[in-house]
Amino acid sequence: MNLADWQADFRAWLTLASHEASQRLDPRGSTGLAVYQNNYRAQLVGVLEASYPLVHTWLGAELFRHAAIAHIDNRPPRSWTLDAYGADFERTLHDLLPANPDVHELAWIEWSLSEAFVSTDSPTLTQEQLAEIDWDHARLELAPSLRQRRATTNAEAIWSALYDGSPPPEAAMLDVAGGIIVWRRDFTCELKQIDAIEFAALNLLRDDDRFHVLCDFLVEHLGEEAGVSRAGELLAHWIGAGIVTGVRVSSGLEYA
Amino acid sequence: MFRPPSTFAGFGLGLRKEHYRDFLDTDVPVDFVEVISENFMVDGGQPRHILRQVRERHPVALHGVSMSIGSADGLQRDYLRRLRALADEIQPLFVSDHLSWSRTGRFNSHDLLPLPYTEEALDLVCRNIDMAQDALGRAMLFENPSSYISFVDSPMTEWDFLDAMSRRTGCGLLLDINNIYVSARNHGFDAQAFLRGIPADRVRQVHLAGHAETADILIDTHDQPVCSDVWSLYAQAMSLLGPVTTMIERDDAIPPLADLLGELATARDIVRRQESLREAA
Repeated sequence: MNLADWQADFRAWLTLASHEASQRLDPRGSTGLAVYQNNYRAQLVGVLEASYPLVHTWLGAELFRHAAIAHIDNRPPRSWTLDAYGADFERTLHDLLPANPDVHELAWIEWSLSEAFVSTDSPTLTQEQLAEIDWDHARLELAPSLRQRRATTNAEAIWSALYDGSPPPEAAMLDVAGGIIVWRRDFTCELKQIDAIEFAALNLLRDDDRFHVLCDFLVEHLGEEAGVSRAGELLAHWIGAGIVTGVRVSSGLEYA
Repeated sequence: MFRPPSTFAGFGLGLRKEHYRDFLDTDVPVDFVEVISENFMVDGGQPRHILRQVRERHPVALHGVSMSIGSADGLQRDYLRRLRALADEIQPLFVSDHLSWSRTGRFNSHDLLPLPYTEEALDLVCRNIDMAQDALGRAMLFENPSSYISFVDSPMTEWDFLDAMSRRTGCGLLLDINNIYVSARNHGFDAQAFLRGIPADRVRQVHLAGHAETADILIDTHDQPVCSDVWSLYAQAMSLLGPVTTMIERDDAIPPLADLLGELATARDIVRRQESLREAA
C-alpha cells in the first residue's frame, strides 16, 4: 500500500471507525489505533467546549456533547489551525435545534468574539485627523474585526448574563428585529445590540463606503432633519468606539 | 542545501497563556521560551502583541504542530506563508515541527500521526522538508514523535530514518526524550540504541515532558512532570550530545511557573554533572 492510500485509511479509521481500514493499518489489532481515534475525537470536543463555553452553559453538558459529536461526525476539520474548527458549529446547532434562534445567535456571538480577538489590528482615528475631512467626499473604513448579523432574539442579554455569571433571562424573540455587532478596540472585544436602522446602515457601508450615500439612506428612511442628525450620531459613535477606523476622501488623501 | 541552525546551549520553557503575566511582569530565569507557532500565526490582536513583548526579553523558538511534513499531498502554501511572516518578525532561535503527518486531502486530524519508515516515506518527507525550508528561507528542526502503533512494512528504524532525513535535507533534529521513552516502551525497542543511532551533531534542541501510563500503552500527554526514567534517559542523551537547548514542555494541567522552573533546575543540574564527568574523563 502506498503512503497516500495508507493515509486515506487512517482518515477512514479516525472519522468512520472503519474496521477494514483498521485491519489494513494494523492487522495485529493493537490498542494503539484506538488511542489515536480517542485523541482525535476528544481533542475536537475539547476545542468546541473551549470555543463555545457559554453555549455549553446555555445548552447544558449533555445536549452540548450531543451537538459536538454530531459536528465531529458531519464536519471533519479542514483548516490548518485547530482554532478554526468551531467556525461552522452554528450550522450544526441550526440543524439540530432549528426552532432555537437564541442558540444560533448565542453561538454566532461567541464565535465572532473569538474571531475579533485575533483579527487584523487597526488604528484609532484622532480628532486632528477628523478636523480636515471633506465629508462630502469621505469614505468610511470599518474595523477589520467588525462582525454583524441580524438579531431576532435576546441572545445578547443572555450572553451578557452568562458572561457575568448572573442568572440569564428566558430566551425570547425581540419585538422588532435589529442587529448584533462584535468588534475589537485595541485588545478588548466588544458586543452590542443595535437597532434596525443602525444595522441597515452598517450593511450599507459594507457595499458602499461613501458617507454621503449613508446620509442619503438615513434621510430617505428618517426624513431630512432626523436622517442628518442620526448620521452625525452614528458617525461620532462609530469613530469613538473604534468601529470606523479610517476615513479617506475621494481625492486620495487618506487617514487610517 | 541548508545546514542545521547554529547551536544554542540554554534552558527554556514553553510560553503558555497561564504564565503570560509572569513573563511580562517579571524576569523569569530562562534562556529562551518556546511557543506553539500556530497560536501566533494570526492576523493580529493580543497574542501577537504579547509575543512581541516577550521577544524583547527572551529569544524565542517557534514550534509547530500543523506543518504535516509527512503528508502525501505535500504542504500547504498558505500555512508556509503565514509561518514565514511570523518567523521574519520574531527572528526565532529555531523553527521546528514534527516527523509526522496530520492532513490528507482536505481533512486535517490535528494529531501527530505516525509514518511508516520506508524509502517512499523518506523520499516524500525529504521533498516536503526541502519545500518548507525553501519557503521559510532557513533550516528547520524536526522532532521524533511518540507513536502508538508500529507497522508491518516499516523496514527502517526511526533513528536511521531521522539520520537519513537530516543528512539529505540539512535539517536539524529536535530530540524529545519522553517520546523516545514512550515509543521504546510501546514498541519494544531499545531507547539506548535510539540515542546511539541518531546523528548527535545534528541535534539542536531537546524536549522533556511527562506521559500517562495505561494498562498496555504509554501516551504522550504533556500533563505531568518528567518521570525519573525520562530524567535518566536525558542524562544519557546529554552525555552523547554536544551543546543543545533543553526545554520543558507542558501543554495540559499547567502548574505554577515555579514548578516548571524546578524541573528546569533539575535539567541544569544533570547537564552540569555530565559536563563535570566529561571534564574528569
